[in-house]
Parts: sequence; structure tokens; C-alpha cells
Amino acid sequence: MREIIKMIVVLTVLSSFSGGLLAAIRGGTKDKIEYQQLVFVKGPAIRNILEGCSNDPIVDRFKIKDGDTERSFFVGVFDGKANTVAFEGIGKGFGGDIGLMVGVNIDDDKIIGMGVTTHSETPGIGSKAQTDPKFPNQFKGLAAIEPCKVKPDGGNIDAISGATVTSRGVCGGVTNAADIYKRLKPQIAEKIKAFN
Amino acid sequence: MAKSITQEFVKGLWDEIPPFRLVLGLCPVLAVTKSVENGLGMGMAVIFVLVCSNILVSLLRNIIPSKVRIACFIVIIATFVIVVELLMQAYTYPLFLKLGIFIPLIVVNCILLGRAEAFAYKNGVVASIADGFGIGIGFTLSLVSIGALREVFGNGTFFGMSVFGPSYQPFIFMVEAPGAFVCLGLMLSLMNLAGNK
Repeated sequence: MREIIKMIVVLTVLSSFSGGLLAAIRGGTKDKIEYQQLVFVKGPAIRNILEGCSNDPIVDRFKIKDGDTERSFFVGVFDGKANTVAFEGIGKGFGGDIGLMVGVNIDDDKIIGMGVTTHSETPGIGSKAQTDPKFPNQFKGLAAIEPCKVKPDGGNIDAISGATVTSRGVCGGVTNAADIYKRLKPQIAEKIKAFN
Repeated sequence: MAKSITQEFVKGLWDEIPPFRLVLGLCPVLAVTKSVENGLGMGMAVIFVLVCSNILVSLLRNIIPSKVRIACFIVIIATFVIVVELLMQAYTYPLFLKLGIFIPLIVVNCILLGRAEAFAYKNGVVASIADGFGIGIGFTLSLVSIGALREVFGNGTFFGMSVFGPSYQPFIFMVEAPGAFVCLGLMLSLMNLAGNK
């Protein structure tokens, strides 16, 4: 009996000590990890979308609370005016969620660029949504407040051949981003003033 | 039992160098040694976890009941592995992306459990630190040498720098999985040849 109690006590103490240590380290590295992920995972897409801006969008970012989640917005300064934000949307693809970044000009509500950041689509087919610039370029200039669809569904986006599900997923992601934009526009307009 | 601290340290570098003499932990050896940089990063992570877990296991060796020792070792090792994972994400993110799943997999690396069970659980703290450093550095040396061989021949580069110049045709086989097995086998046989004089 004593032996069993000793085992339980040792394991419990050891596990709680380990849990405490990990929680402390996680707390200490959280911001740093978030920044690193922004730089290396989303950074290239953000820079691509906000091409030609005069600031560093990864440093100039702000967060808005949207229900339970906190969304990050990256500010692009063009011609000395902070009038563009890039933010994330999520669509359902063929192999899982497709994460993408959409850049919107808040003066005329038009999409200035879109880029896929994370996906698990079929390499060489669905993955073209990320690698082939022709597909994302179609989203440029669309109105950010309207849902976006591929041509067979009544929209005006040419689907990637052989990857209709992925194309639909990307459109869904852009629509998702548009919904977020519509919902949060007053707050975005308020926050972006700080960067002017 | 009369081995000195230096002997405990040095044995990891030749007599018991993993994975050539202590043929354990082959999964990361084969998988991450596509380049010198990966091998070095993996080796560093293993040194850290091995030394820390050896210290803790050896400190707690009189408290841990022998019936649940494996569970305790795993808790200790897993804790340090996650510490390494978080630190890598925070400070060397590109390396973390390359090593990916193999960092969390250090938990099930037999070298760590093996050293905890075979050495740290039976020896004092100082000897365990020496053992951890010895085995860890030995493991890193092996990873770096396999990585160097595979990178130089498979890619024509060393640490990303070109070795043979642009006219070199990369021997792709070496950076693929079969090349890892062949490379490990050749090095093992060379080590045996050198050891069996």
C-alpha cells in the first residue's frame, strides 16, 4: 500500500512540476513565436499582397476582437496614407482548410491582392492555387463586400483546371474574409487611423 | 565503477558513439541528415534534452520508485523536448520548419530513454552530466558527418556553400532515403574496420 501511494505521489509531483515549467516557458515565448510565424509563414504572402507599401506590415499590425477570436490586421501604407489592410480568411478545400490572406483597400472596398498561406491540397494540382500567380491575380479589383464564386457557380473566377474543389475553397475563403471585413469595417477604419 | 568523469565523457565520442556503436535512435539519424545544418540542429537539441534529463533522473534516482521509473523518465524527457521545441520556434524558426516532426519525436528516441535507464538511474549527477554531454556530442558528430557526406555528394554543397562549383551534377540518390541507409551502413563498416585492428 505504501509503495502504491509513493508511486502516485512521485508521478503526480513530477507531472505537475513539468506542467508548471512548460506553462511558464510557453508564456515566455508566446509573443516571440507568434512573430516568427508571421515572418516566415504569412510574411511572404503579406509582402506580396501589399507590394509597394512603404512600411513593414508585420510590425504595423493591430488586433480586433471578433466574438471569441482575435483577428490580426496588417497595415499597408501607400503614398504616405495607411489605407490598406491584409488579413486572414479560411476556406474549405479538398484536403482540409485553406488559409489565405486578403488585402483590401478601405477607401473603395476593393481587393488589392490575395495569397494562399497554408493548405493541404494535392501537390501539383490544387497546390497551384498557391504557386501559380494567375489564379490569385483574378481576385484583384473585386469588391470585398460581395461573396466570391467560381464561374460554374455563377461567379467570375476561372477555376484551376482539375481542381474545382480547391478553387471553390479559395473562393469560400475570400468570401469568409469579405464577411469579416464587412462585420469589422468600422473598427478597422478606427484603428487604422493610428498608422497615418 | 572506478571510471573517471573524463572516461565517462570520452566513451560517448568513440567507444559508445551513437548511432555507430550504440545503434540506437536511427529514425532521426536517417531522416534529418539531408544537410549538415539539419544534423547540427538536431544534435544540439538532443544534447540539451539528454543532459537535462540525465541530471534530473540522476538527482531523483533515489526518489523514483523502480516500478514507475519508465513513466517518470518519459515525463522528464517529454518536458525537456517540449522546452526545446518552444525555444526553437521562438529563436530558430526556419530550422524548426525543416526538422518539423522530428523534434517532438526526440521523446521516443531510444538514446534518451536508454541513457536514463542504463546510466543516469544508477550513477551520480556529475557522472551523468559527463555521460549526457559525451553521448550527445558523439550523436551530433555522427549526424554532422552523415549530413556532410550526404550534402556534399547529394547536393554539391556544404552548409549551403558550393563545394564543387556549378559544373557538379548532384548525386540525388544520397539525399533520398535509400542514400541514408547506404551512407549509415558504409560508415558503420568503416568504424568497425577501424575498431577491429
